Amino acid sequence: MIALEDVTFRYEDMVMRFALAIGEGELAVVFGPSGAGKTTLLNLIAGFDRPDGGRIVIDGRDMAGVPPAERPVTTLFQEHNLFAHLSVEQNVGLGIHPGLKLSAGDRERVASALEEVGLGGFGKRLPNQLSGGERQRVALARSIVRDRPVLLLDEPFAALGPAQRRRMTALVERLRADRGLTVMMVSHQLEEARELTGRAVFVQDGTVLCEGTIREFLAAPPLPEIADYLG
Amino acid sequence: MALAFRLLPGVLSALVLALVIGGALGGVLSVAGHIDMAALLGDAYVLGILRFTVWQAFLSAALSVVLAIPVARALVRRQRFPGRALLIRLLGLPMVIPTIVGVLGLVAVYGRSGAINDLLAMAGTGARLDIYGLGGILIAHVFFNMPFATRLLLQGWAGIPGESFRLASQLGMTGGQIFRLIEWPMLRQIAPGVAGLVFLICFTSFSIVLVLGGGPPNATLEVAIYQALRFDFDLARVVAFGVLQVGLCALIVGAGHRLARSVPVELGLARDMPRPDLAAPAGRIGDAAAIAFAALMVLLPLAAIVASGVSGDAWGAATRAPLWFAALRSLAVGLCAGLLSCLIGAGLVLTARELGVRYRRPGLATAIELGGSLILVVPPFVIGAGLFILVQPVADVFAIGLVFVVIVNALMGLPFALRILMPPAMEVHERHLRLADGLGITGLTRLRLVDWPLLRRPLGLALALTTALSLGDFGVIALFGTRHNQTLPYLLYQQMGSYRMADAATTALILVGLCLALFIVIERGIGGRGHDRA
Amino acid sequence: MRTTGRLAAALIALGLAAGATAPAQAEDRPTLTVYTYDSFVAEWGPGPKIEPLFEAECGCDLDFVGVEDGVALLSRLRLEGARSRADIVLGLDTNLVAEARATGLLASHGLKVEAPMLPGGWDDATFVPYDWSYFAFVYDSEALKTPPASLHALVEDSDAEILIEDPRTSTPGLGLLLWMKKVYGDGAADAWEALRPRIVTVSTGWSEAYGLFKEGEAPMVLSYTTSPAYHIVAEGTERYKAAIFEEGHYMQVEVAAMLKGSDQPKLARQFLSFLLSDAVQAILPTTNWMYPVIAPKDGLPEAFAAPLDPAKALVYSPDEVAEHRDGWIREWLSAMSR
Repeated sequence: MIALEDVTFRYEDMVMRFALAIGEGELAVVFGPSGAGKTTLLNLIAGFDRPDGGRIVIDGRDMAGVPPAERPVTTLFQEHNLFAHLSVEQNVGLGIHPGLKLSAGDRERVASALEEVGLGGFGKRLPNQLSGGERQRVALARSIVRDRPVLLLDEPFAALGPAQRRRMTALVERLRADRGLTVMMVSHQLEEARELTGRAVFVQDGTVLCEGTIREFLAAPPLPEIADYLG
Repeated sequence: MALAFRLLPGVLSALVLALVIGGALGGVLSVAGHIDMAALLGDAYVLGILRFTVWQAFLSAALSVVLAIPVARALVRRQRFPGRALLIRLLGLPMVIPTIVGVLGLVAVYGRSGAINDLLAMAGTGARLDIYGLGGILIAHVFFNMPFATRLLLQGWAGIPGESFRLASQLGMTGGQIFRLIEWPMLRQIAPGVAGLVFLICFTSFSIVLVLGGGPPNATLEVAIYQALRFDFDLARVVAFGVLQVGLCALIVGAGHRLARSVPVELGLARDMPRPDLAAPAGRIGDAAAIAFAALMVLLPLAAIVASGVSGDAWGAATRAPLWFAALRSLAVGLCAGLLSCLIGAGLVLTARELGVRYRRPGLATAIELGGSLILVVPPFVIGAGLFILVQPVADVFAIGLVFVVIVNALMGLPFALRILMPPAMEVHERHLRLADGLGITGLTRLRLVDWPLLRRPLGLALALTTALSLGDFGVIALFGTRHNQTLPYLLYQQMGSYRMADAATTALILVGLCLALFIVIERGIGGRGHDRA
Repeated sequence: MRTTGRLAAALIALGLAAGATAPAQAEDRPTLTVYTYDSFVAEWGPGPKIEPLFEAECGCDLDFVGVEDGVALLSRLRLEGARSRADIVLGLDTNLVAEARATGLLASHGLKVEAPMLPGGWDDATFVPYDWSYFAFVYDSEALKTPPASLHALVEDSDAEILIEDPRTSTPGLGLLLWMKKVYGDGAADAWEALRPRIVTVSTGWSEAYGLFKEGEAPMVLSYTTSPAYHIVAEGTERYKAAIFEEGHYMQVEVAAMLKGSDQPKLARQFLSFLLSDAVQAILPTTNWMYPVIAPKDGLPEAFAAPLDPAKALVYSPDEVAEHRDGWIREWLSAMSR
């Protein structure tokens, strides 16, 4: 589903090199030390950064020159996923139409997406009336209505408590299973993906050092660096 | 204790203001007779002029801001075109050049025998542009005010967090959608304040309205004030006019400020994020048109000023020693006035933002800015004469004449400093208040570590503008000027009053050049280099 | 924002500016302070030329103080009142004389004033005239080949466009108002209404109107009969001429007076009579661009030849002006707004 072929990207004085393939419907957890390039990796797939070399292919299409909005990708950042001056309903509605021209049917989709993430009835509230976790759930609701096959998450639950993190991760997993999404999630805590079935991708110094399954990595880290990182 | 410290700068500034203005008022009231507001309000002549004053000021403000929006937007979207930085500096000029210089420049372009009519005649059409009337007043006010309004709006745009544009990229928003959903909320917040300031400026417009108005019905209240002084020297009536103007403008501009919707902002790191709407060809054409419009609007009259400044014996006129002494004096006075203006303004802003952000009383913050801005509609003669009366018994007014000029010019520049500094200072406070408090960064350390780096650019603009305003100001020096205290505008008016129009044009050119140099030097010096988002 | 550094810098700068402006006082010689308007003290004006002449004669220090114009002069006097440092006020015109007298600040000069060049002579105990001129419409001979020959012709027959000043804010503006009143009497309002379509604009003051005129906005501007003299003498062109009207022209006389509160009354009186001396009267025409009140020994430049029969000089007495002015301005306003 997602393939990075010899993708290079210069960031300050480091040249990052990525080669990666994620299959359709897979969950991939990207982890590694700070500054390793995890966010850059996601930005390249999402289209916010342009690679200096190599090819990025998503769903069989070469993404060269394709702007973020046209890629079959939805991205969730750690924060600032919502417009603070628009209501929850409007923020989700932007995923259907970026000009907020919504039909009655669209509005129903918005409402049901909010139900799905457990925020039924929150439509009229403003983001500053919600907790951090609720705000991220609104962003997830938007990703539901956008209905794109790939979901990228850049440490979206880092600001939440451990129990809530687990609940949100479970929610993402449920969405993935229900809709067959391909999910790439950057996380600091591989441990919290323990319950999940998926790939683990270890990024360090601007490149993918190692891949495997989450279970493998947790049980027996294949590289000493990974063991160091996981502690 | 902390509260006292936070309120201190504002209280100090307010004290200075109260002392000067209160003292001036006291001085005037001590010699004025009984102030009869009723007589003023019952005078049909006064009411007629008042109606026109309000109407033309309102139209001018609305037009200036409405035209400034597409220009500012175009400048924000197109960050890299040749001459962008220079154009932005030039946008500061029309506000600061002496009125008569600007008017003559405008007439050279739009007048009956101006460039446009020459072109129309060449094209063979019978059409002729006649600017003497309300249209001429509006064109002039737009020329003088729209460029500055554009710079203020640019500041607003700089405050939109980059993350908003990141979201817009992801959602595939078009230019129109971005305007409606991201930029318009910001404008709702900033534009009323900008329009309010322009309204106050146009309300007290004197020469422009008379010269370009075409006839006596088109006059502002300043004429009535001048009349009250000229023959009857009716200070009481002048004070009454001042009260009327301040009261009326407070109502109107205050109402305007209420239109400002304070937008809840989730403040991001304000990283520079590319906008997704730049490629569209319709957008490119629109932006090019807006930028061309602004450039022509500002450059054509400036070009006329340059042209008449270098004609005739310009070299001879420009190389006379008295002119350069006057220029030096102007610079000294201007810098002092600018510094003082920014100091007082900074004090008010620091306290206003504490009240607005920490104590959650944004109304108070707006009231402070409004109060500072209303100085614009106090007749300068009242302040000048009042100070004169106050100081004369105790000091030799001539020896310290320039000090008066500095003080009064500083007061006149205060509203501008406030309008430039308030929105960015508020935003910085909102963004960093909790963090700074949490880390114990307060007081002078806070100013040094947080405010200075983040507010350098608006400060640079404020200082440049208030200095240049003082440089080009004639009104006050007329009251206190002596042969020893000549400034450039004084020299300019001397020349204009003695048939020496060509020399005056050269003086005007040097004045304009100095103002431009001030903008470039001060903005870069204080504001620092750095990406020119604003 | 280094607040303290800024504050220090500002204070130092203020102090410097103040110090820089303190004029050097020569303690040994008495000082005579003359308040006048700024173009009088300009580098090219009469002030710098007559200053050394008087200082040589009186052994004193002559200190000119320039304010914006005649109106500002009067305002300054009123503000300062009896405590004023001024010994002489120079530059009021006859339209302000009544108000100036009413301030009670001026003293009788006690001089015998002979003003042979002044039409109608001079008879006033407080004010001394030093120069004068006629208001006139100055036209660009390249734009207007046949100017109107009379005020009636301008109002009724001509289609020339004109630039005028506002009588509320400007001396020539008021002069034109009085001129029209003198010629038309009660028919002035109708005359203004007839003239109105050809008025391009009514400007704040003489500088703006003359500036617009030089830009070519209209072929005629209200100025003085002596304006062309400047262009002839200083610029060497005869392009700008004054239209001489049959009915006569309204006069403007500039006067000087001494203050009661002066601490140098003898010097002040000496200065007033010095104004009427041949030396000063010869300097005034080509520096102030007005006619002298006494013919200079060496004659006048040709450009200053008398334009009119003195019997045709029109003027209202200062008291008449003071009495009727407000009503006449109101009449003008309503005629212009119809």
